[in-house]
Amino acid sequence: MHIPDGFIDAKTAVTTAALAAAGVGLALRQVRRSLPRRRVPLLGLAAAFLFAAQMVNFPVYGGTSGHLVGGVLVAALLGPSAAIVVLTTVLIVQCFLFADGGVLALGANIFNMGIVGAAGGCGIYRLVSGALPGPRGRVAAVAFAGWCSTVLASVFCAGELACSGTVAWPAAFTAMAGTHMLIGVGEGLIGALAYLAIQRVRPDLVGDACEPEQPRLWSEFARYGLLVAVGVALFVAPFACSWPDGLERVAADLGFEHKAQPLALPIPAAGYQAPGVRWAAGATALAGAAGAIVVFGLAVLLARSLVPGNERDREPTKP
Amino acid sequence: MIKDWLGHYHSHHDSLVARLSAELKLGVALVIIAGTVLVPPGWVAWFAGAGLVLGLAAIFSGIPPLFILKRLAWLSPLVLSVALVNAMQPAARGSWVIVAVRSTLCLLTVILVSNTTPFSRILRVLQRVRVPGLLITTIALMHRYLFVLAAEAERMARARASRTFVRDRRARWQTLSTVVGRLFVRASERAERIYDAMCARGWK
Repeated sequence: MHIPDGFIDAKTAVTTAALAAAGVGLALRQVRRSLPRRRVPLLGLAAAFLFAAQMVNFPVYGGTSGHLVGGVLVAALLGPSAAIVVLTTVLIVQCFLFADGGVLALGANIFNMGIVGAAGGCGIYRLVSGALPGPRGRVAAVAFAGWCSTVLASVFCAGELACSGTVAWPAAFTAMAGTHMLIGVGEGLIGALAYLAIQRVRPDLVGDACEPEQPRLWSEFARYGLLVAVGVALFVAPFACSWPDGLERVAADLGFEHKAQPLALPIPAAGYQAPGVRWAAGATALAGAAGAIVVFGLAVLLARSLVPGNERDREPTKP
Repeated sequence: MIKDWLGHYHSHHDSLVARLSAELKLGVALVIIAGTVLVPPGWVAWFAGAGLVLGLAAIFSGIPPLFILKRLAWLSPLVLSVALVNAMQPAARGSWVIVAVRSTLCLLTVILVSNTTPFSRILRVLQRVRVPGLLITTIALMHRYLFVLAAEAERMARARASRTFVRDRRARWQTLSTVVGRLFVRASERAERIYDAMCARGWK
């Protein structure tokens, strides 16, 4: 999902860089204020951990294999602000050391994977683990948030590519969201299994580690939420209205579509697309909504099968 | 294997390009990248010029050409897949060529700079342009322990593979994710030792 240079134009690069800078600035301030000094080196080590964890290959099917991306796992373990700093570090090192992701696209990548992926994923994690308390709820929350963050980040990525005129929105959205709905299943599964493994070995590292900052929590999320909302308004919403909606379809069937108001926003490349592609985008959005419900159910089932129900039975065991 | 995966040219080689100052290289790279992304597609002269400069830099950098080509190929799947998606859109067929040219030039620039400049120099430049200190500390620590933890992950995965003789995919996912979880635990324990060591050396 790393956008290389040359894929996004100047206006998108500047806007995403401004959003990313605001988000990272907020996160740094929050971390400096609330993270104990003892845990400062952990940020660097967590970033190195994310990098190293990507070397462990999970067999998927036939000869293919996948690996953890891990933004939500780190966010669940360290909290949203620390996760943004960790993800930003990983992306900067990947960009300057390994040429993975563009220099001018760094802002877009930090916004997609750091702020939307990790902070957004952490928000979903906190919501779900609040609704389903206990270790079982936390495992389900990591799995579900892992899937959501992968899909959300890919939707923003598609929006930025479409906004730059690199790829038309329906094609970008269908390809990116469709692929990442599958990738996200693996991400959620590995994330939940790894979280469970950490919970078994060092129960002190998970769960209650972020509790002291609980009172400030929602104001913290509100700021990142605002940034994500601005991102939605800029990169996703302008295209959403090009989806064929029911009314438009009925109007076309009844033959009075010429009376309809023209769309308020000019859609880049909207005239080029074959109707099949437009429908594919709408179908992908529907599949995403249905998929979210299915994945949520699967996450709860997964947690139920992995974590024994009785709290007293759950003893820390050595693997 | 770890070297293959990280794909970084690590020998402390000496060449004309490697001796240039990091500020100069990063500045020129930024100009080339910004120019390549921003100029309109019609400016063939700019693309040819940037290609020429990068070609000369590649020759004088002393990096084996095969290595550069391998890195380019390794990083190109997204470029190729977007080109493919675009090729299916009849109206956009011409534009993916320019996207491919742009991203290849930018990739080549970053590959050349990152393989001729020690990372600590790049960090110093970032420090000079006022990147916050906490971020610099985190980046420096990540870079220091990247290869340590990557080697550790590889050893753990190998040890696990040599002990687990099952074809069952479910069991393999369970054991591999235990490796990932254990890796995080080791990283956080190492972070505590590093903090003590940093304090012992007067980190404030």
